[in-house]
Amino acid sequence: MSQFLVNSSPHIRSEETTRSLMTDVIIALLPALAGAVIFFGFRSLFLVLVTVASCLAAETLFNRIVKRKNTVDDRSAIITGILLAFNLPVTAPYWLAMIGAFFAIVIVKMLFGGLGRNFLNPALAARAFLFSWPGLMTSFTAPFQEIYSQLGFIFGNPVAVNGVLPEEIDAIACATPLKNLKQGLLPDASLGDLFVGNVGGCLGETSALLLLLGGVYLLLRKVITWHIPVSYLGTVAVLTVLFPRGEGSAVAYMAAELCSGGLMLGAIFMATDYTTSPVTRTGRLIYGIGCGFLTVFLRYFGGYAEAVSYSILIMNVVTLAIDRLVKPKRYGIGGGRL
Amino acid sequence: MAFSFRGGIHPPYFKEKTAASIIVKHPAPLELVLPLSQHIGTPCTPLVRVGDRVLMGQKIGDSDAPVSLPIHSPVSGTVRAIEPRWHPSGIKQPAIVIENDGQDDYYEYPSYFGDIQELAPETILSLARESGIAGMGGAGFPLHLKLKTAMEKKVDTVIINGCECEPFLTADHRAMVEYPSFIVRGIQLILQCLGLHEAVIGIEDNKPDAIATMRASAEGTEIAVMELASKYPQGGEKQLIRAVTGREIPPGKLPMDIGCAVFNVDTCASLFRMVCKGTPLIKRIVTVTGPAVSTPQNLLVRLGTSYRELLEFCGLSEQPLRLISGGPMMGNAQHSLDISVVKNTSALLAFGREDAEEELDEPVCIRCGRCVAACPMRLLPNFIYMNASQGNFLECAALHVQDCIECGCCSYVCPGKLYLVQGMRMAKGHLPRQEGKK
Repeated sequence: MSQFLVNSSPHIRSEETTRSLMTDVIIALLPALAGAVIFFGFRSLFLVLVTVASCLAAETLFNRIVKRKNTVDDRSAIITGILLAFNLPVTAPYWLAMIGAFFAIVIVKMLFGGLGRNFLNPALAARAFLFSWPGLMTSFTAPFQEIYSQLGFIFGNPVAVNGVLPEEIDAIACATPLKNLKQGLLPDASLGDLFVGNVGGCLGETSALLLLLGGVYLLLRKVITWHIPVSYLGTVAVLTVLFPRGEGSAVAYMAAELCSGGLMLGAIFMATDYTTSPVTRTGRLIYGIGCGFLTVFLRYFGGYAEAVSYSILIMNVVTLAIDRLVKPKRYGIGGGRL
Repeated sequence: MAFSFRGGIHPPYFKEKTAASIIVKHPAPLELVLPLSQHIGTPCTPLVRVGDRVLMGQKIGDSDAPVSLPIHSPVSGTVRAIEPRWHPSGIKQPAIVIENDGQDDYYEYPSYFGDIQELAPETILSLARESGIAGMGGAGFPLHLKLKTAMEKKVDTVIINGCECEPFLTADHRAMVEYPSFIVRGIQLILQCLGLHEAVIGIEDNKPDAIATMRASAEGTEIAVMELASKYPQGGEKQLIRAVTGREIPPGKLPMDIGCAVFNVDTCASLFRMVCKGTPLIKRIVTVTGPAVSTPQNLLVRLGTSYRELLEFCGLSEQPLRLISGGPMMGNAQHSLDISVVKNTSALLAFGREDAEEELDEPVCIRCGRCVAACPMRLLPNFIYMNASQGNFLECAALHVQDCIECGCCSYVCPGKLYLVQGMRMAKGHLPRQEGKK
């Protein structure tokens, strides 16, 4: 045996690891998490902790059952947990969050071979699955409500406020911006409130500002490329300004559409999930445009007010085809543009 | 951005330790080991016998094979053995062992002091062969054969490679700073041989001093210096041609097929030394560096000097755990200190323990697409790797694995730490067999 290590070149590698990338994504999600706590109270944080803990537990358990090395070190399960919680209304019971976490990790991710092999975004697929409880998934409440300060609400399941359960609060307390838009009206909330996130909605999706902040961080750290968020948001912007859903300024409708619902969260954090999006730049543009078209189409003509998660899930499935069909023009046969 | 290519990476360059250090003459060791095979082509047959006295510069091995070059004794002394010795390729190969008598009595070759423009191309060609020069950049293709093909294929663009894009390496950089006139004269010899007048020297913009010295030396000639983006692998032949000419070589073709010929700067200087100073290729500049080396330096080394001698000369700050011949991106890991410098040994790198620690996690592809963006050949490394590891080598061929230049960009950027280049090599190795089965 030689006293020297002999291996294949290259002999130096970048310091970036899967774990460091995942950590960056977690950092990028923190502003929106802080926003959730401010707007919807400490229950948001507890929901995130429950989903994250459940995701980690599910992955650990699965690996133990199939006798594989535990993979939670890569920190991807933490992201799935945070994103799943971000897609729940703050009133969602903890058991619902746990079911979602187990579904995301075990059914969507681990059964397909774990990180890098799932073809659907785990958090989004879990969200779609949790719509088996549509009432619980859409019981949105307006920010800064009385219930958020109630201990019973924070530590337990939804409590009745003035005799009204959260799932019933919706109609009384909060019409989400998307519901307004669905009716062909501009949202009740001002554009400023929409942008900052001072509106009803899932706990991590309301603040375009804080999500964009995270997005800028991801771009600066080169964790993601601009292609998917820009093509996705751009497509939605163009379509909604060309075909506004109501009377009045088309630009106001466009701005409202961009800042409403899960679009920012989806375009910046969900559609950019490496595993379920194309690997080429051109592929990513096609994927983003596809997401944008589907989002506008489903928002305008679909049964639910929200369409981002289904759009991304559909494009997740198309990703395999995009990667098969869209290949870079290799060196020497044209396409050497810088 | 002009003067570059698509893809590539920006690794840390680690050149600062040796970029400004003057080339130091390494004292010739007592024993020199000269492998009969030093580059692509047929190994030499020894022209000397054990016990013979040889002179410095004397031809000690040659071959009649079409792709071959002679080798010369780097010192004067006595042939002590002709036997298998450890070789940079990792196996034992026949080598001539010479004991140095320290006299440096040299073998007389004619030196040419006249006008380069009056030299016949055939003279330059035959001297190029006699000098034993193989491409000094790394690939090590015999110079005279490249010149001959360039003449036959009617090359119109001569590009001189002064990029030295590999991290750690500063041998070419120092050559350009310290003897730019040798390089310019060597380029003129190549141009004379090919019947051309113009050449372009491509240098990465992280070597402003080399750009300045080369510009000053080339003044009044038709040799231009082109500043290129500092990006790995800018010095890859295909990428350099793209940066300088905007042309790309079609898959499976040679630079000559699109009218280009690329020569390394030190290859030019070596040709000048042979033609005008009567010195064949018996020394070369080796950058001895790496985190485990206490005094990293650029050494002028006699071919046949062992790694052990070089590391003893430069000192070690810690026990090396990894030895690399060449750059860290494309160089080869070496298993022993008793291997000697050959014609294309551009550097010797020594890494200590902490730099050699490997990722313990199982490599996992998360489909981040970094390898795709980094591939200067614009392939899909992750998909080729996936297919290679499943044994689908035909699919690898369909993904054009044969175009891979093994530059290492994909492995470098991979956050999942996949051994992508290894996968490419494995796939390439399986190609002919599986295609034959069809």
